[in-house]
Amino acid sequence: MNPALSVPALVAPAIHLPAIGPVLVLAITALVLLVLDLLPPRERKEHLGVVGLAGIVGSLVVSLYLWGADERAFQGMVILDGFAIFFNLVIGFAVGLVLLQSLDYARRQGAESGEFYILVILAAVGMTLMAGAGDLIIVFLGLETMSLALYVLAGSFRGRIESAEASMKYFLLGAFASGFFVYGLALVYGATGSTNIDRIGAAIGGGAARDPLLVVGFGLLVVGFGFKISTVPFHMWVSDVYQGAPTSITILIATGSKAAAFAALLRVLLVAMRQGQADWSLLMWGLAVLSMTVGNVVAIAQQNVKRMLAYSSIAHGGYILIGVAAGGALGNSSVLFYLLVYTFTTAGAFGVILLLERGGREAVETSDLAGLAARHPVMALVLTIFLLSLVGIPPTAGFVGKFYLFGAAVRSGYVWLAVIGVLNSALAAYYYLRIVVVMYMREPDGAPTVMVPSLGGSLALLVALCGVVWLGVMPAPYFELAQTALAPLLR
Amino acid sequence: MRGMALSLVVFLPALGGLLIALLPRDREGLVKQATLAVALVTFAISLPLYLGFDARVADYQFQERRPWMPSLGITYHLGIDGISLLLVLLTTFLMPLTLLASWHSIEKRWKEFAVTMLLLETGMLGVFAALDLFLFYVFWEAMLIPMYLIIGIWGGTNRVYAAVKFVLYTLAGSLLMLVAILALFFQHGAATGTYTFDLPVLAQYVLPGGQTQNLLFLAFALAFAIKVPMFPFHTWLPDAHVEAPTPGSVILAGVLLKMGTYGFLRFCLPLFPQASITFAPWVIALAVIGILYGAWVSTVQPDIKKLVAYSSVSHLGFVMLGVFALNPQGLVGGIIQMVNHGLSTGALFLLVGMIYERRHTRLIADYGGLWKVMPAFSVLFLVVTLSSIGLPGLNGFVGEFLILVGAFQWNRTVAVVATTGIIFAAVYMLWMYQRVFFGEVTREENRRLQDLTVREWVVLAPVLVLIVWIGVYPAPFTGVTEASVQALISQVQAKAAATAALAAR
Repeated sequence: MNPALSVPALVAPAIHLPAIGPVLVLAITALVLLVLDLLPPRERKEHLGVVGLAGIVGSLVVSLYLWGADERAFQGMVILDGFAIFFNLVIGFAVGLVLLQSLDYARRQGAESGEFYILVILAAVGMTLMAGAGDLIIVFLGLETMSLALYVLAGSFRGRIESAEASMKYFLLGAFASGFFVYGLALVYGATGSTNIDRIGAAIGGGAARDPLLVVGFGLLVVGFGFKISTVPFHMWVSDVYQGAPTSITILIATGSKAAAFAALLRVLLVAMRQGQADWSLLMWGLAVLSMTVGNVVAIAQQNVKRMLAYSSIAHGGYILIGVAAGGALGNSSVLFYLLVYTFTTAGAFGVILLLERGGREAVETSDLAGLAARHPVMALVLTIFLLSLVGIPPTAGFVGKFYLFGAAVRSGYVWLAVIGVLNSALAAYYYLRIVVVMYMREPDGAPTVMVPSLGGSLALLVALCGVVWLGVMPAPYFELAQTALAPLLR
Repeated sequence: MRGMALSLVVFLPALGGLLIALLPRDREGLVKQATLAVALVTFAISLPLYLGFDARVADYQFQERRPWMPSLGITYHLGIDGISLLLVLLTTFLMPLTLLASWHSIEKRWKEFAVTMLLLETGMLGVFAALDLFLFYVFWEAMLIPMYLIIGIWGGTNRVYAAVKFVLYTLAGSLLMLVAILALFFQHGAATGTYTFDLPVLAQYVLPGGQTQNLLFLAFALAFAIKVPMFPFHTWLPDAHVEAPTPGSVILAGVLLKMGTYGFLRFCLPLFPQASITFAPWVIALAVIGILYGAWVSTVQPDIKKLVAYSSVSHLGFVMLGVFALNPQGLVGGIIQMVNHGLSTGALFLLVGMIYERRHTRLIADYGGLWKVMPAFSVLFLVVTLSSIGLPGLNGFVGEFLILVGAFQWNRTVAVVATTGIIFAAVYMLWMYQRVFFGEVTREENRRLQDLTVREWVVLAPVLVLIVWIGVYPAPFTGVTEASVQALISQVQAKAAATAALAAR
């Protein structure tokens, strides 16, 4: 028989839905919300938030149910392993807390709309995709899904010029970053002949490591990631966006999107670029030092609490990069653990700010917090605990997280990196404690700051507080979880 | 319950504090009584630690060990030896008195104050009882925040500056110690295969001499030197003391400063013996400078509280001198002097607080002739002053004498120079006493000052009893430490010799 004439049977690509189970739940939730949005009632949209929350919980349950899975589906485009599931959990907590805090907040600020909740869920879809991406194309797909939703969300307070500015800046700079990312992706494809993370790793192992095309492509990918994890020098957007965006969306940008970007970055570094560890480790060293130092130094000068937390977020990106630079099982699992801790801490700290109002506007200036301890002792105490966790004072989770990160650095021989890290922590103590000073040791002037009661917001704070305290006192099981989650990447 | 005795002492104050936080704010009387009761019960249950302590045993007693983070070799490990026993007791002893002294002097947010003080007590007790480096560090750092709040909320006019300075100074030092702890952990793990933060295990390990050991020593020493505080890291102390409310000052002087000297004893000496011996001349030089500098600066202070604050720099210089003379007399003297300083300086701050409550000034120039107005107060002040100077028959003499005996064996010149510090102490204390209490009553306002109240007698009497007791019959106090001190010295010498042998090989 003439082989040229034989028509190979069309094999439909294997479809293995459980591998995208968590994403699927979220995507369906988003579609349901789209339909629900068209139904009455027209004025109140809180029920959409509640349905979205149910979707997040569903996705968390599916993730937990699939714990222990280790599979690749859709020709290796999607991976469902412990690593992906761990990040699904982090993202689930982040988005869940954001939804809880948005319920009341969005209405109070006159920005309640169906799209708000739909976009939050769509952003979650993108983040979850990134966490389980086995292919750079999927990383990009997730990145864009997430980013587009966030661009719109950042501008969802349409009445406010700062919100519009945040959206515009985020979009423009984000578009550039995406451009860099795609260009890098193309170059890496050119150098290795694949966009699949595993196969890129294999190709590099086969001798493509010093290919200039690969080096440039990899550099561009790092620029794209650097933008999303807000490292210096790709941090220019952070302060304005964090300040201008609705506070609950700021939480989402600071926690969920950061965690998703770290998930994809770690997979690229540890699987695709494993051969070049010695090189990129130094690069991460530099980025870590720059981010910590610039973030903390600039944060000292901020008077707006949201801006201050924005720079602190840059600095925390730097601390997390210490773990990436240190590498190994200890370093990378510290990264995972810290992202979990950081999610609770940041959601909590912003969550308190979100509940405060002064004279009908949001209380986001440092001076607005003056004398808060006398008026609302519980709120002041809760914010203090979150701030102490950001400083890294025991027995909060922030301390244990930093302890693991610095420990990893010392173990890998980067003692100076750890020293720079701890000095930065001391520097950071100054501006975090300034908030405590203002709350406890100053008298308010002018209109008093009031707390707006909100069931969802209080519940979110309670969850975050439990996370921060519990992870600080009993971190061992969760750190071991992170180590287990990381194992598939280090094989 | 012997297995849990130490945990109970350490955590009872915090537990009580959390319960008191739930009491209604307007029932201030109830809050005060409950707080005092918690502190008293803590003192009561800490007494069995002394009674059940076997002074012949050098090893840690009342040990408790539970796994905490097994994958990193972190355990919940508590235990006390003769060195920490006295400091634990000093803490539990001073706390009820301090609370009683703040009955009226703390005028706002008494409930928050009570909770903060009780949390602070748990932190301090934890520092003295922890035998795991990680656990120790947790307590060490956790204790910063309550003290920060006490200075910052209940302090004087310039309180915020003082509070922030206190935290940043201490934090900068202790974070470097964290890196050193981690470095030691991995060094020990790589060398022996056992990754652990357990102090008794780490103390067995002979760290190679040279740069690593020196750097680790310096990182630990910086954290402790800031806390002591040794010259030239002392500048936070006058600010913190002057701005802190009376109870804050008492606890700061009485207990917190001891954490620095305790750290040197507990960690620097056994973990880095070679480096300790190498750097001993430097430490002693700084200690002697501190003794003289503290005394000189005290002499010219116009403010009684600031005078007492600077005298702490001088007194703790003596403690450091005794510790780094590295012989039994010096070490025992240093430990006793830690307790003495806690009692005498604590009492001085209490007395200054009492007079401040009456007149709202601490300037020496605003007083004069108080002896005629307040005879009982004046007598007690005199006894404490003499104890602080080191008059034989009172507690200060025992510690200083032993330290100077130790220093004399180490180097005669050092001992001679340090002894002049005692003379200067007499100068600044007695001169201050003379200006405040003798002569004619120069100010009209001072004529009708009330003498000690019953509550104030209750606060001061126990301290005075101990001051006399230690001065006349110190054996019950020195006795419990001797075995531990002997063990410490032989450990330092053995390890230093082993390090030297390692280098020679």
